[in-house]
Amino acid sequence: MSIPIPPAGPSTTPGASVALDDKDLEGGLSLWQGAFRRLRRSPTAWCGAVIVALFVVVAAAAPLLTSYQPGSTQWAGDVTTTEIPGPSADHWLGLDRYGSDLWTQLVYGARQSLLYGVISTVLGLAVGATLGALAGGFGAVGGRFGTVVDATIMRLVDIMLAVPSLLLAVSIAAMLGQSGTAVVIAIGAAQVPVFARLLRGSMLAQGKADYVLAANALGLRRSRIVMSHMLPNSMGPTIVQATLNLATAIIEVAALSYLGLGAPDPAIAEWGRMLVAAQDRFDDAARLAILPGVAIAITALGFTLFGEALRESLDPRTRR
Amino acid sequence: MAVPTTTSPTPEPVPGGGAGPATPGAPLLEVRDLRVRFTGRDRAVTAVDEVSFTVSPGQNVGLVGESGSGKSVTSMAVMGLLPRRGVEVSGQILFDGEDLLLADRKRLDRLRGREVAMVFQDPMTSLNPVVPVGTQIGEVLQRHFGMRRKERRERAAELLAKVGIPDPRRRLDDHPHQLSGGMRQRVLIAIALACEPRLLIADEPTTALDVTIQAQVLDVLAELVDEAGAALLLITHDLGVVAGVCDEVNVMYAGRIVEQAPRRPLFRSPAHPYTGGLLASIPRLDTPRGRPLTPIPGSPTQTVPWTDACAFSPRCAHADDTCRTTSPRLEHADGRGLRCFHPLTTPAALTKEL
Amino acid sequence: MLRFVVRRLLLLVPVLIGLSVLLFAWVRALPGDPARSLLGERATDAGVERINEVYGFDRPLVEQYVSYVGALLRGDFGTSIQTGRPVTESFIDYFPATIELAVTALLFAVVIGVPLGYLAARHQGRWLDTTVVTGSLLGVVTPVFFLAILLKLVFANWLGWLPTGLRQDPRIDATHVTNFYVLDGFLTQEWDAAFNAMAHLVLPAIALGTIPLAIIVRITRAAVADVLNEDYVRTAHAKGLAAATISRRHVLRNALLPVVTTIGLQAGLLLSGAVLTETVFSFNGIGSYLFTAITRRDYPVLQGFILFIALLYCLINLLVDVVYGLIDPRVRAA
Repeated sequence: MSIPIPPAGPSTTPGASVALDDKDLEGGLSLWQGAFRRLRRSPTAWCGAVIVALFVVVAAAAPLLTSYQPGSTQWAGDVTTTEIPGPSADHWLGLDRYGSDLWTQLVYGARQSLLYGVISTVLGLAVGATLGALAGGFGAVGGRFGTVVDATIMRLVDIMLAVPSLLLAVSIAAMLGQSGTAVVIAIGAAQVPVFARLLRGSMLAQGKADYVLAANALGLRRSRIVMSHMLPNSMGPTIVQATLNLATAIIEVAALSYLGLGAPDPAIAEWGRMLVAAQDRFDDAARLAILPGVAIAITALGFTLFGEALRESLDPRTRR
Repeated sequence: MAVPTTTSPTPEPVPGGGAGPATPGAPLLEVRDLRVRFTGRDRAVTAVDEVSFTVSPGQNVGLVGESGSGKSVTSMAVMGLLPRRGVEVSGQILFDGEDLLLADRKRLDRLRGREVAMVFQDPMTSLNPVVPVGTQIGEVLQRHFGMRRKERRERAAELLAKVGIPDPRRRLDDHPHQLSGGMRQRVLIAIALACEPRLLIADEPTTALDVTIQAQVLDVLAELVDEAGAALLLITHDLGVVAGVCDEVNVMYAGRIVEQAPRRPLFRSPAHPYTGGLLASIPRLDTPRGRPLTPIPGSPTQTVPWTDACAFSPRCAHADDTCRTTSPRLEHADGRGLRCFHPLTTPAALTKEL
Repeated sequence: MLRFVVRRLLLLVPVLIGLSVLLFAWVRALPGDPARSLLGERATDAGVERINEVYGFDRPLVEQYVSYVGALLRGDFGTSIQTGRPVTESFIDYFPATIELAVTALLFAVVIGVPLGYLAARHQGRWLDTTVVTGSLLGVVTPVFFLAILLKLVFANWLGWLPTGLRQDPRIDATHVTNFYVLDGFLTQEWDAAFNAMAHLVLPAIALGTIPLAIIVRITRAAVADVLNEDYVRTAHAKGLAAATISRRHVLRNALLPVVTTIGLQAGLLLSGAVLTETVFSFNGIGSYLFTAITRRDYPVLQGFILFIALLYCLINLLVDVVYGLIDPRVRAA
């Protein structure tokens, strides 16, 4: 026995005294439009975006930012066992232990990190999301065949998840030998299980949503429901994860180089390898270790901030 | 509609109460001019204003209104459960003569669960999922009576039996997820009544339950409150529930009380158009088939601020320019209170006009 | 509960079988003749023949796989190409160091992280919270090896407060019983050895524990904030319970559920991080052992190592699920 809620008539009095949150009146905007709006208002997102933009600009415009070539050891004669020349008019940040210009190495290192980080994440996302969508789609459609496809894919993912991601990357890189391609494939592959599991999970969750039941009841074809309703609605968390993974990927690229599994060509500047090389020159040139490390951390921070802001703007629970 | 339980409105001596008995005739709970404002970063919302009512010992009082009318906020204010930050509370909440708004956290914790207890709306989320229900009942007994483990289990089982849970001893070690919604609400009632409080606040105690169980749970609640001689403040949007249980009824709209009256006079002749509208919209067994229900036009979000008009005027068939420009005051006469410029005379007149 | 554990153990079987197949295939997928790629530049015809004999690369694949699994079941994880030592033996030597390091790092992360996350949640939006959140963000994005280098640079090289590396000063003539150096020091009552080993643990443990710390802080903060808004916490307040009881029984107990899961997930991170941290600090654990194996392309070692780590990782996750089940009765029922 309850009071029937009367249909809302035309509103004659805007501005309510007790009516609560007017931010709920964002109805009519799609999920992504709303997210974009909230993203623009988020200082976190702006911080992240500025860092990422800076990083991309430095990477893209590397040749314009320095007049030297990366990996050139033309000043090797200035480096002695006890002293590495510090900042000067010719070399803003000084030389590194091989006699290259440190600023040049850092700038070109950004290029390398961006390239490897982005390609490996895109690779991991493409393969992982495909696997996840297949598993989630077939799992949601059900039936004997669907269940088998889902189970097979997920067991494969389980096996990959049984190895910690950096070690997975290490073993793949060790198998493929020392090359840039090996690094990219290794780091991409290590991300596959994460994306697959995430997308499958959110698709299965969508599969239980009322609107999918409604679409089923309307007699829409299952494959159509999966492709045009469940998949788009499930992509949010996966895209957020991809942004966050860019940070991890950049760190892992450096970690692989650090472990001696990076690209072997010394002419290619790489932040991780710069760190390794700097290690035994702590006492006379700590900047050689600190600068590349800080560069990695700041870049990772940019992607992380942006990813977190994106997650918050997409998650209705955290709306403020 | 349930048959009204017979509860004498005359104050009864309080059994089992810790504090000294109140002076006869003095109210157990007296809310005076309560005002609750939620202050956000850039704007403030007044959720409750000018709310005054009393609950005498042993009396059952209803607080009725639609969602957003401020009835739950009022109950949370009485319990001291409103967050401290971003909330301004003013007025007085006198419990047995003591102003709860001035009481510190320690004092409140000694009263809550002991003298004043509360049953919440949603039994699914109001119990801790990882703690056995026996412990959740027992911890109130331990806190307020210092009971030992064995005693606590004994008493908890008794309480479960009282609220109508079969095989109570075995249920003590169950976790909430093993119980149905109705059972969980019974557990919450058992927790609330464990220390034989003098005032029980029930906030929509049956709303989240299956319709078939609602009546059962309500009956258990009313019966036990009656048996313990406790007073009941029942918060609900359902006038049918009020009709079955309450002696006194306060009707709230947009944060203020618009009408207060004893049950019978209120149901016989509602004076506020809003109360009238609520009554007219209740389906009755004796209405002829096919006659449509009469809803109140508009929605509760269509309000104007009370400060310079009657908040109900946008939805009221009787509203005129006075209603839209002057704020009505709560006037008392014949033991009833009313906040309206154009009261209804009879329910019949109301039905015609709507 | 027992049924739950058994079921989880059974679920591990296909994963481990799959992994063993993949690892088996992995060594054989190395470019070129497996024996040759194992030996690398130092391959001679005699060497190749010997390797083929030892590893049976010339036998049919199925037969090779069966003998590989057979060896695994006997606890034989392969033999190093470089040193000729069984991998299992090396594990027993090196593993205590890594456990010592990882456990210290995890303790550091949990003991500091959970209270910090709890405090931050209770003071949401105030300076303490802002500081904690900012700090944890920095913790998450700083690469382990960079942090390790930085700590070593500042506290060992510049300030000289703590040792730059190794597990113990070699000048201390310590008796080693279990290879857990700190424990050994206590067992033999060689206190200087124990304290020396502890001093050597500080920097590596902080470096390794920082990312888990940052993650635990964030998860705890989010979980506590969620639980504080739960209806049952309101019920607890309405019961007049003491603040300490509410925090312990109603808030922390529920908030710990996601935290426990996170701690379990950190196990993988710790093992990966240990490889990098140990390398920086020349800390002679399984990480340095793996690093050597990588640089020398010692595939049998890598193969055994990965399988071993995976096994360990699965067991840790199982343990986490059991703990989770102990805290949350709903999981046991499911």
